[in-house]
Amino acid sequence: MYDVEQIRGDFPLLAQMVNNKKVAYLDTAASAQKPACVLDKMSEIYRSAYANPHRGTYYFAEKITAEYENARKIVQEFINAADSREIVFTRNATEAINLVAATWGIKNLHAGDEILISEAEHHANLVPWQHICEITGARLVVFKVTDEGDFAAELFKQKLSAKTKLVAVTAMSNVLGTIFPIEKIVSAAHQNGAKVLIDACQFAVHHRIDVKKIDCDFLAFSAHKTYGPTGVGILYAKAQILESMPPYQFGGDMVDNVTYEKTTFAEIPARFEAGTPASVQAIGMGEALLYMQKIGLDNILHHELEMTEYMEEALNSVPHLRIIGQPQNRGGVFSFAVGKIHPQDLAFVLNKENVAIRIGHHCAQPIVNRMGYTSVARASLGLYTNKEDINSLYEALLKAEKFFREE
Amino acid sequence: MTIDELIENFAFFDSWEEKYQYVIDLGANLEPLEQKYKTEEWKVNGCQSQVWLLPKYSEGKIHFYGDSDAILVKGIIAIVLLIYNDKTAAEIKKVDVMEIFAKLGLEENLTPSRRNGMMSMVEKIRYYADLYRK
Repeated sequence: MYDVEQIRGDFPLLAQMVNNKKVAYLDTAASAQKPACVLDKMSEIYRSAYANPHRGTYYFAEKITAEYENARKIVQEFINAADSREIVFTRNATEAINLVAATWGIKNLHAGDEILISEAEHHANLVPWQHICEITGARLVVFKVTDEGDFAAELFKQKLSAKTKLVAVTAMSNVLGTIFPIEKIVSAAHQNGAKVLIDACQFAVHHRIDVKKIDCDFLAFSAHKTYGPTGVGILYAKAQILESMPPYQFGGDMVDNVTYEKTTFAEIPARFEAGTPASVQAIGMGEALLYMQKIGLDNILHHELEMTEYMEEALNSVPHLRIIGQPQNRGGVFSFAVGKIHPQDLAFVLNKENVAIRIGHHCAQPIVNRMGYTSVARASLGLYTNKEDINSLYEALLKAEKFFREE
Repeated sequence: MTIDELIENFAFFDSWEEKYQYVIDLGANLEPLEQKYKTEEWKVNGCQSQVWLLPKYSEGKIHFYGDSDAILVKGIIAIVLLIYNDKTAAEIKKVDVMEIFAKLGLEENLTPSRRNGMMSMVEKIRYYADLYRK
């Protein structure tokens, strides 16, 4: 039995009153709220086990090093990676993708090669590739989604060619909510000799990830969306590929032996973690993933599917509201427009009504433009979302629609 | 209408709904900005909606025309222009816009986190005033 009220009790911020009213937090796709266990864990480390990991030989240093490496192990198990050496802690998912672009990309991409991305990518899985194309002479190719915002195998395969060296694709669109069939994409790309990078930022919040089953070469996601702290993200890469990659940034902790003549670099994953890491954040992330596992990923998904359905129904009951993108397989993310109301005007009324949603291009301008907009409103779900949140959204949207209705 | 009259009008409202309905009405009556000026050149950056601002200099004073594609922002522009229009550059520099917005009960529009670009717009007005002084 999924007791959403009890789960909400784990999140201190959700109890926060603003102007003596509860807040309906419907912006988890931008960043999730944090359960108390994550905050407590981080506080506990700072209070009782803090030092610089990997460097000291005393109690605190050994303790935090063990916690940091345990967090890596938790991430490994969370995504079912074969080996914890395949897990690199980065600042965020954006850095994880930039790392692949700057190391694997520069080493392996040449003039005439192609990088294939979907039309629905977040800028983080688009702009780094544009940049790498400029450096290497490779070409960025984009496969379209359908008018409904769905993945279509034929549109993908049309663009997949012998020149494709990398397919970089999201597992779930942050604008349309579309869930991409990543296993099929990986299998088709591999048959074609291309490597695959999965942007799992949205997907990881709602779905179980099994990198062995997906068989992707790279996968990126961030802690702050999976109920963990800001400042840390994950790059997963198959060990064999990671080992072949040159270092990304240079400095402490990523070296083996340093002389003025020559420096040799550490083994993976340390080679990619130059400088003092965001150790406490990584440990906090581990705690957040354990929290999700404790509730059960299948239970979370089941609850969210119910809320997704409820939200779709609620949104469709608002006069003149248009949901942008009607994918067959949708996660709990809805972009929408209400008549001709500017999203900023809409957000103003929603904020007055204590409903937290996001407006704008959601760092995915091409797909927002493709759907005929420059800015849209977006409501998104998390494991703590309840019907009351969605009812608040519905009421606030009715109010906004009425408020801006031209008489 | 003077600013003092506007402040008096705003004093009547009890709810944000009434207050902002009035803001929308002010926007609806805003002196129009010709379509041909709604270009990148006259755009105010840093807003979530599109905002344009055009200065006209004459006889030592500046008159501004503005517009936005967001209704509430357009209303706020109408108030900002009521505050700043037909003043000399020196007068513009002296205006305490925060104080006036506080008296109107609209100070929430000038906080940096609102990002509705009102501060960007005020900065742009001050920029044009500086330009005129030189």
